[in-house]
Amino acid sequence: MDIRAQLSMSFHMDKCIGCHTCSVSCKNVWTTRRGAEYMWWNNVETKPGAGYPVTWEDQDRYRGGWEVSGGSLRLKLLKGPGKIRSLANIFFQPNLPTIDDYYEPFTFDYQHLFNAPAGDDQPTARARSLITGDFMEKIVLGPNWDDDMGGSPLYASNDPNLKGLSDSQKEMLTKFHKLFFFYLPRICNHCLNPACVASCPSGAIYKRGEDGIVLIDQDTCRAWRFCVSACPFKKPYYNWANGKSEKCIFCYPRTETGQANACAHACTGRIRFVGVLLYDADKIEDVAKSSDERLVEAMRDICLDPNDPKVIEGAIKAGITQDWITAAQNSPAYNLFVKWRIATPNHPEFRTVPMNFYIPPLSPILHDSKAGSGGVFDPISDEFFNDVDKMRVPLRYLANMLSAGNEQVIAESLKKQMAVRMYVRQQRVGDVGESKVKSVLSDVGLTAQDCEDIYRLTALGTFQERFVIPETHRETMTTVEPRTMYEKRGTIGFGTKKQHLVSRTW
Amino acid sequence: MVDTFLFGGMPYILIMIAIVGSIWRFTSNKYTWSSQSSQFVENKTLFFGSFPWHYGIITIIVGHIVGLIIPQSFLWWNSVPVRLYILELSGLALAFLALFGLLALIYRRLTNTRVKALTSSWDVLLLIVLLIQVVTGIGNAIMYRWGSNWFAAEASPWFYSIITLNPDVSYIANLPLITKVHIFNAMIFIGLIPFTRLVHFVVINPYKYLFRPYQVVRWYSRSEKTPNIVQYK
Ligand code: SF4
Ligand code: SF4
Repeated sequence: MDIRAQLSMSFHMDKCIGCHTCSVSCKNVWTTRRGAEYMWWNNVETKPGAGYPVTWEDQDRYRGGWEVSGGSLRLKLLKGPGKIRSLANIFFQPNLPTIDDYYEPFTFDYQHLFNAPAGDDQPTARARSLITGDFMEKIVLGPNWDDDMGGSPLYASNDPNLKGLSDSQKEMLTKFHKLFFFYLPRICNHCLNPACVASCPSGAIYKRGEDGIVLIDQDTCRAWRFCVSACPFKKPYYNWANGKSEKCIFCYPRTETGQANACAHACTGRIRFVGVLLYDADKIEDVAKSSDERLVEAMRDICLDPNDPKVIEGAIKAGITQDWITAAQNSPAYNLFVKWRIATPNHPEFRTVPMNFYIPPLSPILHDSKAGSGGVFDPISDEFFNDVDKMRVPLRYLANMLSAGNEQVIAESLKKQMAVRMYVRQQRVGDVGESKVKSVLSDVGLTAQDCEDIYRLTALGTFQERFVIPETHRETMTTVEPRTMYEKRGTIGFGTKKQHLVSRTW
Repeated sequence: MVDTFLFGGMPYILIMIAIVGSIWRFTSNKYTWSSQSSQFVENKTLFFGSFPWHYGIITIIVGHIVGLIIPQSFLWWNSVPVRLYILELSGLALAFLALFGLLALIYRRLTNTRVKALTSSWDVLLLIVLLIQVVTGIGNAIMYRWGSNWFAAEASPWFYSIITLNPDVSYIANLPLITKVHIFNAMIFIGLIPFTRLVHFVVINPYKYLFRPYQVVRWYSRSEKTPNIVQYK
């Protein structure tokens, strides 16, 4: 057993209001630089929707992630039997998205509003490309281009998660009485089996042993761009101005000192939870090789119970300090994902063993116009608790997105969320009935205490309850060279502030 | 006299520039030790440029290096005329492949506004040097045939005299002008390595990729004796 610790973020999708405060605070802190304008280390997508970059989930096109072939794990990107194939593509990568799959970064010519000579017409601020500096005739794509299902027949209908939905289910995109959408906030998943790391010919990307954060060593990155192609979540971004790849750094300068990540801290909906997971690194390969059906279960199995004395003993032996163990015991990630089993990973079938978890969203029961009611739309069922498959968002859709197609996993989470609501309603309003609540709870396997705890964390959670982040104690660590730290001053995290790094001449 | 300077002195100057310059750039500015890829802003023409260019030129350079270091191998191979024709023709074909790729790359740099915005003056200089090199190479092959044979009698001994620190330009002196340009331009190319994107072929990392485990983990807390990069299965 090789016990390691991992920082993990969870998202309560029901509560996300799609305000993009997270994206903006992340951008303001890390990516307001030339070459990084188009990078959204944190982005929020409307689902169903094409996503950012466009249709990133379509691995037939991008070939990100892993596949199991002949009993062993292989990067999809490699196609052939060995890594040599990947090096053969080093001069040109067939599966690399280009800036046109994101958007050409632009600004507006605001000065013209002030400087325009007097004339018959109002002056306008035309769009100007940040790459070439030329005026742009037309802006054809932008971040959140299909926000709130704007233009869904054009964009959202390409959503790969719609695969396997019946035509009538797909009407959730177009028919008003079936319409539903929700938001998917995304950061790098800081995977246990990261495809980005595995694909880098330079060995520039690495996972940190202490907290599992995945980083790109900027001095070693040689602009081969393999990580961009290999990451199925498209979370490494290529900086076109200085020729380096960059990615979400989990705000490590903040988490190392126990502060919440910028996105999580700013989150208006308070949908985010950050905590520590203890896991067994020896099992990563087995988990990544599990069948689609079993993937989520296998990911839960690899997480260790932080209250088990044997695990605690092993963790101490592995050099994990007491405050990290305590944090793991109070970890929202462990509770949501493993203990209560209401959160699930995003696209586990990419087999990178992603370490961010999502509580799938509830949606209204479908409506139908019954013949007798004269065209009035009524819910097609009054049995809210059991009919999770009659909700507007089809189970199939959520399963495609959050459980490698296993609808059972999603149904379990949705039913548990309904059960907590019924339990709390019985406490507050009292119109559900004790016996009904009891039967519902035993049905889903939650205790009254669990319900209290879930309610407490997801509805009322304080800052300290939502973010349980231990400090990293860098001061005690041997391999940090103080001299390099000194040289790195003036650079923000991994982004560059020094001018000579931004405008390369070589 | 001019020959002595160009082919007896300049090689040392340019090789020193290449070595000292590379060490200086690697230690002082490791960050820029790469070829800044522009595939992300334009990838359609790049396909027709980068693939033919790299595969053509790499094979040819490897051929040149083998010829310089073990000229006997070429002489042995060429002792049968058919084999000589095969070698020369495939060399020429590869050179045209490289030329095609290079022209595509130059066209791309000239016409695509996004790529243009990412082009430095060093890039322009480099493209000119490369174009001269490929064109004079092809000219040599066509005008002064069977270079793979006389190469062994002229260029290789000169190369040996250079690396044994006993420069003897008499081998070079009688070569045609176009060959001299080809050789001199090659030395300029070497001298340019530390100042341009050429540093990318002095990258030693990628071969390691074939042998290292997929995953890389770095620990801050392990003592210095522990290797910084450890593997997990
Ligand atoms: S989400 Fe992508 S970039 Fe992040 S660790 Fe996983 S594979 Fe790497
Ligand atoms: S700040 Fe929170 S609520 Fe707003 S979009 Fe981001 S995750 Fe959703």
